[in-house]
Amino acid sequence: MIGLLVRRNLLFILMSLEVMVNAAGLAFVVAGAGHGQADGQAMFIFILAIAAAEVAVGLALVLLLYHRYRTLDVDVASQLRG
Amino acid sequence: MEGLFYMAAVVAVGATLMMLTRQNAVHALLYLILSLLAVAVIFYLFGAPFAAALEVIVYAGAIMVLFVFVVMLLNLGPRAGGLEAAWLSPTVWLLPAIMAAILAGEIVYILSGPGLRTAPAGEIAPVQVGLALYGPYLIGVELASMLLLGALVGAHHLGREARSKPETKTHDVYSDVAGSDSGGDLVRAGSDRTSGAA
Repeated sequence: MIGLLVRRNLLFILMSLEVMVNAAGLAFVVAGAGHGQADGQAMFIFILAIAAAEVAVGLALVLLLYHRYRTLDVDVASQLRG
Repeated sequence: MEGLFYMAAVVAVGATLMMLTRQNAVHALLYLILSLLAVAVIFYLFGAPFAAALEVIVYAGAIMVLFVFVVMLLNLGPRAGGLEAAWLSPTVWLLPAIMAAILAGEIVYILSGPGLRTAPAGEIAPVQVGLALYGPYLIGVELASMLLLGALVGAHHLGREARSKPETKTHDVYSDVAGSDSGGDLVRAGSDRTSGAA
């Protein structure tokens, strides 16, 4: 979360998102193990699918930003086309 | 068992902190992979071997390979070769190597020593996870498949737009020479799509 707030490089923001999603998955698996239920791991598999989808679209956006602005600084893309 | 957990936890937290503070994207990626592997070891220690295998295969395997490919794509240029030497200095790879050696040692200990007998108390077998997924969570599985399809189409759309960006400019020149107006852009996009579908 700190990485998401502090870093201004889009690649690092995506990596921090991965860490956060992974932390949620860890919490689910450990809670499932604590209660002896398989639901935690089922939720982890869903989280895995969501992370994969997020990374696919996010990295495509990274490439798009780089092709357009020649930088990965997210502040250059702070303007909407209004 | 508790000692193994604390060692893996220290490696995970340390690798994540190092990932957040790196300047170089490749170094950060290596630390992130290390953090994910440590979390996989923690999963195994908590009696979730299936989740541990998925973590290694999907997270540390597939998703991180995507990241590495994007970093390589962005670093294309004449100075990339010179950077390679700077990336591989001992001060860079010594700490990740030590952390990875700790994890490898834990795995060897689990697989060979008495760890295998004392392994995961209250282990949840993959069979139970599969039964839960295709029982009460069936609708979730279907939704996840739709989400993945949507992500696939979205990523393809964004990638296609990025690739055809320079092309449109060159083609615009040609269309101006040919005397056609901007309507040719739409026609060409349509023909492009059909050729892609064929």
